[in-house]
Amino acid sequence: MMSKLDWQRATVTAIHAETPRVKTFTLSLPHWTPHLPGQHYTLRLTAPDGYQAERSYSVASPPEQPDEIELTVEAVEEGEVSGYLFEGVEVDDELEVRGPIGGYFVWRATATARPLLLVAGGSGVVPLMAMLRHRQRAMLRNPTVLLFSIRTPEEVIYRQELEAMTASDPTFTLLLDYTRQAPDGWSGYHRRIDTALLTEVVKRFAAAPECYVCGPTGLVESVATGLQNLGLPAEDIRTERFGPTGG
Amino acid sequence: MPPTFFNQGFQRKRPSNHKLPPGQYETHDFPVLSAGPTPRIALDKWTFTLEGLVEEPKKWSWQEFNALPQQDFNPDIHCVTQWSKFDTKWRGVSLDTLLEHVQLRPEARYVMATSYGGYTTNLPLADLRDGKAFIGLTYDGQPLTPEHGGPARLVVPHLYFWKSAKWITSLRFMAEDEPGFWERAGYSMYGDPWKAQRYADDDE
Repeated sequence: MMSKLDWQRATVTAIHAETPRVKTFTLSLPHWTPHLPGQHYTLRLTAPDGYQAERSYSVASPPEQPDEIELTVEAVEEGEVSGYLFEGVEVDDELEVRGPIGGYFVWRATATARPLLLVAGGSGVVPLMAMLRHRQRAMLRNPTVLLFSIRTPEEVIYRQELEAMTASDPTFTLLLDYTRQAPDGWSGYHRRIDTALLTEVVKRFAAAPECYVCGPTGLVESVATGLQNLGLPAEDIRTERFGPTGG
Repeated sequence: MPPTFFNQGFQRKRPSNHKLPPGQYETHDFPVLSAGPTPRIALDKWTFTLEGLVEEPKKWSWQEFNALPQQDFNPDIHCVTQWSKFDTKWRGVSLDTLLEHVQLRPEARYVMATSYGGYTTNLPLADLRDGKAFIGLTYDGQPLTPEHGGPARLVVPHLYFWKSAKWITSLRFMAEDEPGFWERAGYSMYGDPWKAQRYADDDE
């Protein structure tokens, strides 16, 4: 009997470029267990001389997608692991992974799910996307907002799918916030997330939402503090941060 | 002997001058990881308490705590998310100093560290003694910032860094081991980086 945290050898079945710096790797797993949206897997690379490097990546796919996981990976500058994934990995290659891991930054969808406020900075959208895909597959209609902060239009990961979700589900709202360069004629948010912006977003909810915030430390710090200042209880604000380093 | 499985063309990209625990890489930044919003604690409200299996609990105010003898510490720290940081510069109060202020009951063997904001983590008492742990008050010569656990953080550098509870407010001495916040979520009860004890499944 294999434990869910034993290392297993997955096969890459697809590689999809999401943005110039972000790719999604679909991995077929010999021992797949359903994950909770928000959980991650650890990926381990081994060099011929035995040197090993490990990094954790959030699962982007929903648990309704059996026998495989999608890991969306951002190329980190000088990244030892992401650099190899981007340059050295092709379809049919094998990669060692273990998971799913993580018991706190997870969303347990139920028929009575509370409204959901998801706030992402850049590739912090990945675990939130697993929540949105799960919500869609489970046909839940709890009011849900994704506030997605990116620097430029080309950095919007999952754009087509998020726009399709918006078109097909009136209870889902996508709010893009371009912090540096917005598309021509853009009338939406075009500044770093601040208190006024968060106030507007929270006002969209009739009942207090559960909040999941994921992104770079600066964004997570200011959003989590901002939401608390708006009166949302700390236990309803779950955060996941990635610092200036990574792999 | 070559490993039975390896990734063709993969090689170490970042040589480190330090000995790294398995699966770790060296960083020169100081990444921030926490599960929820950062608590802001007013210093005039701050207290630190030793409680549980002690003859008499001991509580310090911020002023009293800062009057305790302080030392410099330069530990290497290892985060379960795979980064290690070497020769960090802290100043604070050794746990040995703090333990002189209470009379422990003989059955005390474990400790639950509790933070402002509700975070908890469990450790064996032996891992806090003999210079192995301290309460950090400054980092790199500056008061410890809230996102890194200020005003005061437990630092137990020989264990994964989630055991070094940010925003520390009390240590409770216990006879039996109990899981804290991440430990209840499946992380290791002990967290030795040299044995890569990241998750409960990694404990013997």
